Amino acid sequence: MANDFAGPMIRVVDLVTHYGEHLILNHVNLDFPTGETMVILGGSGTGKSTLLRHIMRLERPTSGRIFIKNQDICCMTEERFNQIRRKIGMLFQSAALFNSMTIEENVALPLHELTQLEDSTIRIMTRIKLDLVGLSGFENYMPAQLSGGMKKRAGLARALAMDPEILLFDEPSAGLDPITAAGIDSLILKLKLAFRMTIIVVTHELASAFMIADRITVMDRGEVIATGTPEEIRNCQQPRVLQFLNRIPEGDQVDQQEYLRALTQN
Amino acid sequence: MTGVLAFLGRNTLGFLRYVSGLYDLSAKAAYWAFVAPFKGRHVKWGNAVHQMVVAGVDSIPIVSLISLFIGIVMGLQGAYQLAKFGATYFVTALVGVSMTRELGPLMTAIIIAGRSGSAFAAELGTMKVSEEIDALEAMGLDSVRYLVVPKYLAMLVMMPCLTLISDLAGILGGTAFEMTQLDKTFSMCLWATRDALVMRDITTGLIKSMVFGLIITTIGCNEGFSVKGGAEGVGKATTSSVVISIFLIIFADVIFTAIFYYTG
Repeated sequence: MANDFAGPMIRVVDLVTHYGEHLILNHVNLDFPTGETMVILGGSGTGKSTLLRHIMRLERPTSGRIFIKNQDICCMTEERFNQIRRKIGMLFQSAALFNSMTIEENVALPLHELTQLEDSTIRIMTRIKLDLVGLSGFENYMPAQLSGGMKKRAGLARALAMDPEILLFDEPSAGLDPITAAGIDSLILKLKLAFRMTIIVVTHELASAFMIADRITVMDRGEVIATGTPEEIRNCQQPRVLQFLNRIPEGDQVDQQEYLRALTQN
Repeated sequence: MTGVLAFLGRNTLGFLRYVSGLYDLSAKAAYWAFVAPFKGRHVKWGNAVHQMVVAGVDSIPIVSLISLFIGIVMGLQGAYQLAKFGATYFVTALVGVSMTRELGPLMTAIIIAGRSGSAFAAELGTMKVSEEIDALEAMGLDSVRYLVVPKYLAMLVMMPCLTLISDLAGILGGTAFEMTQLDKTFSMCLWATRDALVMRDITTGLIKSMVFGLIITTIGCNEGFSVKGGAEGVGKATTSSVVISIFLIIFADVIFTAIFYYTG
């Protein structure tokens, strides 16, 4: 891959975002080095998926900047950002396959719409991508006919269709049994070794995080609380990180006064 | 007092936000339908034809049947009143004029709002919930261009066609009643209709039907895009798309009928 820019592939600077009044991301600063796999760990509702959606510009921040290849994507025109988007593939939590199309049509859609390639070429490329994720032979199936793990694989094939430089995974193992989830993990490892893409994986699965990551970032309540190599994270002594790694449940609220007030308030 | 003001303010703001959402959606759709093709970004005609079949051709049976019944009812009600003056000759004119100017476009719009407007809301809402719309955007494909513009085009073409069919079916319903109950012949009815109608009756009805088509598409798609939360959200959006569309259709009908009345 040609490296015509210095610095990290993606840089998030002081990102703040709200849903209505609710603060979701609180001054997040994060670098995603080129060619590395970064896993963002955190519990539910800590804003890790929101961060991913901001990188894809599916949502707009309250303040802050996101740079992809040193270009600020927040104040870029839609037209220009679409050029960048072509080099980013995203696997959504629910795979987000188009239910009215076959698997092959799903994977071929970006090629059909965004390139001038011949139909026969597109057909071959689609087959290659499906073969890569282990779905050859399922070209003419509809998404509804596939299992959860196969849908994820098909979604991944579609994300890979445009040969992206950046690959984003939103909870790749959510809702999958351990064996299927491990299959997706090894697929991510395979891609990482084969293509040297910059990969970001959002997850709360500890085992898979330590298996696939070059670097891990732990998020809590909209803030980055630790970032480093898997080894550094494992040895991190910060209480919230320890709590997450050792799977200690959240303590109960013990303030009696506050509890009574909450009950009697109308 | 402050409570009332806060309530008014909140609702006004909510209303304005809703209207600006409708404006954004239709402006974007207009751009992709009429401006972008000149920049080499073609309209998805395949999708538009598919929508024409689903929303238009497939609606022909129900639109014709309901319009036939409305025509019969109009004939019955007209005869009841006009018989007092011995003027049942004018029943034909009554049915013809009221179908083409008013009931044809209105009934068609209400049926299509219930049939296709709700389908638009449900389709886009389900796609929103299952992240399919995000996936489109993530590929750099504009969701309005792919999903909304074909629906607008289909409705702009099919609403006038369905309205013409409705006009015809209504007039036939009236004729059937008159032939059986008022002892008229088919050709008498045909000539009476021809004498009663002027071109303007039909064109004003067709103009209205296009406006109604725009309303149904805008509301249906907007409700679909604004779905939040799973299946329940889709259900709510589907219901409110029908309610809001029918309200706006009748509101627009008042305005357009008044305009045609005072300019006619």
